[in-house]
Amino acid sequence: MKTRVVTDVSSLPRYGFGPSASTWWGTLGFCAIEGTGFALAIGMYLFLAFNNPHWPLGFAPPVHWPGTILTILLLVSLIPNVMVDRAAHAHDLPKVRWLLVLLSAVGLIAIAIRFVEFYMLIPRWDSNAYGSIVWFLLGLHATHIITDVGDTIVLTALMFTTHGRAKRFADISDNAFYWYFVVGAWLPIYYLVYWFPIL
Amino acid sequence: MPPATVMPRPADQRDTGLEDAELRERLAYTWGRRPGIIGWLMTVDHKEIGRRYIVTAFAFLALGGLVAAIMRLQLARPEQHVVGPDLYNQIFTVHGSNMMFLFAVPVMQAFSIYLVPLMVGTRNIAFARVGAFSYWIYLAGGVFLWVSFILDIGPDVGWFAYVPLSGPQYGIGKRPDVWAQMITFTEVAAMATAVQTIVTVFKHRAPGMKLTEIPLFVWAMLVTAFMVIFAMPAVMVASTSLILDRLVGTHFFNPSEGGSALLFQHLFWFFGHPEVYIIFIPGTGMVSAIIETFSRRPVFGHVAVIISLVATGMLGFGLWVHHMFATGLPELGASFFTIMSMTIAIPSGLQIFCWLVTLFTGTPVIRTPLLFVFGFFFIFVLGGMTGVMVASIPIDLQVHDTYFVVAHFHYVLIGGAVFPLIGATYYWFPKITGRMMSERLGTWNFWLAFIGFNVAFFPMHILGILGMPRRVYTYQTDVGWDRLNLLSSIGAFILAASFALFFLNMLRSARVGPLAGPNPWGAGTLEWLADSPPGPHNFDHIPVVTHATPLWAERESLPIATGISVNRREILITTLAEARPEIREASPDSSIWPLLAAIATTIAFIASIFSPWAAVWGSALIGLTLIGWFWPKSMREDEE
Repeated sequence: MKTRVVTDVSSLPRYGFGPSASTWWGTLGFCAIEGTGFALAIGMYLFLAFNNPHWPLGFAPPVHWPGTILTILLLVSLIPNVMVDRAAHAHDLPKVRWLLVLLSAVGLIAIAIRFVEFYMLIPRWDSNAYGSIVWFLLGLHATHIITDVGDTIVLTALMFTTHGRAKRFADISDNAFYWYFVVGAWLPIYYLVYWFPIL
Repeated sequence: MPPATVMPRPADQRDTGLEDAELRERLAYTWGRRPGIIGWLMTVDHKEIGRRYIVTAFAFLALGGLVAAIMRLQLARPEQHVVGPDLYNQIFTVHGSNMMFLFAVPVMQAFSIYLVPLMVGTRNIAFARVGAFSYWIYLAGGVFLWVSFILDIGPDVGWFAYVPLSGPQYGIGKRPDVWAQMITFTEVAAMATAVQTIVTVFKHRAPGMKLTEIPLFVWAMLVTAFMVIFAMPAVMVASTSLILDRLVGTHFFNPSEGGSALLFQHLFWFFGHPEVYIIFIPGTGMVSAIIETFSRRPVFGHVAVIISLVATGMLGFGLWVHHMFATGLPELGASFFTIMSMTIAIPSGLQIFCWLVTLFTGTPVIRTPLLFVFGFFFIFVLGGMTGVMVASIPIDLQVHDTYFVVAHFHYVLIGGAVFPLIGATYYWFPKITGRMMSERLGTWNFWLAFIGFNVAFFPMHILGILGMPRRVYTYQTDVGWDRLNLLSSIGAFILAASFALFFLNMLRSARVGPLAGPNPWGAGTLEWLADSPPGPHNFDHIPVVTHATPLWAERESLPIATGISVNRREILITTLAEARPEIREASPDSSIWPLLAAIATTIAFIASIFSPWAAVWGSALIGLTLIGWFWPKSMREDEE
């Protein structure tokens, strides 16, 4: 078939940030999948809570302090997260590096808090359905923290190599985007696990 | 001209001004893969992945059909001993699980993987390595189910594996765990593909292809992908909770410890009903594509059909409780789900009327693909009508768990999805293989399938009304079900013969069928612009789209975009609504890491039905392979 040129795209950039790039949409897609998983887990909790006349099934709700400290830490972490996103847009490598180190450290502390909480947590997962769903909610979110922190650490290492340039800044931005999701998904779980049974 | 491998390769050679032959050769070199088994294992070409997916799904169809034939042999006469009750339980469970999770959903996604990039005018699917990973995971899940079955640890708890039968108290050995983990494999694969499809349709469309100009098949696959994203997490949550109950003693579904067996049903059917539409909506997309081409005109009510697809996708999430009418739900809730179940007939009906108008106002050319569409009309409408019947609670309570329901869902699924699928195979086979399938064998194929299907499944309506329950391995002579069962079995074997003919036609035509050329049907959508089969780069030039059927709208010369690299894998990213060019983004090269990540995932998934610690060390193993996958292999990758 004959062809006729109607547009030339040679001046377009080779990578982009946010909704203009494929990866942002892919990340959003996986956030939608995982967000549905969170919504269903919350639905399971409410289903069990409303189908049992006495909730929380013979146990007091977990001590809220580990969850509260984690919540504060996650909310505060949004500040360096916003900063690293902006630094990535500006291709500011030194700033990106130290912010990534900071965010990796914050993430590791968050994981440590969660594991301390698991160690202390009463009820156990096999005590009854209440224990099962509390562990399920906390475990589901813990896997998301671990995933993002793992990703952040790998990116941090990468940005200290010669690969820390060009498209990698867009990767930093997408990683920051995912962290918003991890923090946002935690808030309803925090309310449900620690405050819903007593309010 | 020297081959591209020895041609001088400037750092960033663009397609602007290159001679056609040189352009084609350079693009084929850039987008091609290395030869041999390693190249085969590493490829990320959507066409190769799509072909593998299609072949594997058809292999699972054949296996599922074989065990169905054993069931029909067993039920052909009363008190038969072809198989015993234990094996029969495994057979009907593996048949249902296989057909839903290993055939119906994957085969639709497989066509999507192959066709969507071609139909939207791009050179590869989004996140091409994820596609390769998805295929290997799907293959592993399927092999896991069938090997387990052969080793006598096939699941035996029905395709929906209700608790408490599948729970720790009654589920024997590892059989229900095999079901649950097969779910994890296939759903991970399906969700990964869904994200690929959405991003390809949203961001990889050819310049100018507005949302309303996207082909209807692509729209159907887009809606399906959204349904996969929001439905499949439910079955993964269900199957994971089930494994936890069985392996580490949680009590999600144990009523004596505050759990609920109904919770499992809610989770399963929140996935399970949308699943029906995840299978059916691609079928409607195929029907739209076939009717458009063989009516020689664009589909009447193009936008109305798009709205119907979206409406069906959304309403599909409000129906799940109609599978649970017999569980004693509150009356108001049950009435709501009855209303929703009847409402969804409206968008489906609207599509059917649009197709009929298209056929009546076009100049239909009767070929095998269109024959299968006619079969779809007849069978699917019958299935839809019994669907409206069972949406009514009094009728549902009468026929629940009887063969009436078996008849209903086979009419809907085979009529709504498999007939369009076979038609679509005849339609797109020339594109995929470069050769036409035999029309004569195709006509025989259609009539055997149509007659065989109706003889096999129509009597099941009557058997259900007579009270024959599902999942019984035999029945007594004096209950009056023997003649209808024999008739059904005869029909099943006619249907099996039609599939044998279908496979024979494919195998034979792939070798000796007449050469097709790029556009043998004179169709209007972009996949027919590419060679048959398409080269590794799909298109020599990236088309610019001005119409929903660009090849009919631009018959003299095709508008194109230039300025794209020919010596790096580059695809054009466009804006969501208007498809204005935005970025020249890199598309991934071949890689072995998707396969390695899939092997690690397979080890972790299978080990975690034996030990909870496998989830820990397995995740670390998967993490390592993902780091290997992600870590840049050259400085050039950072720039792309």
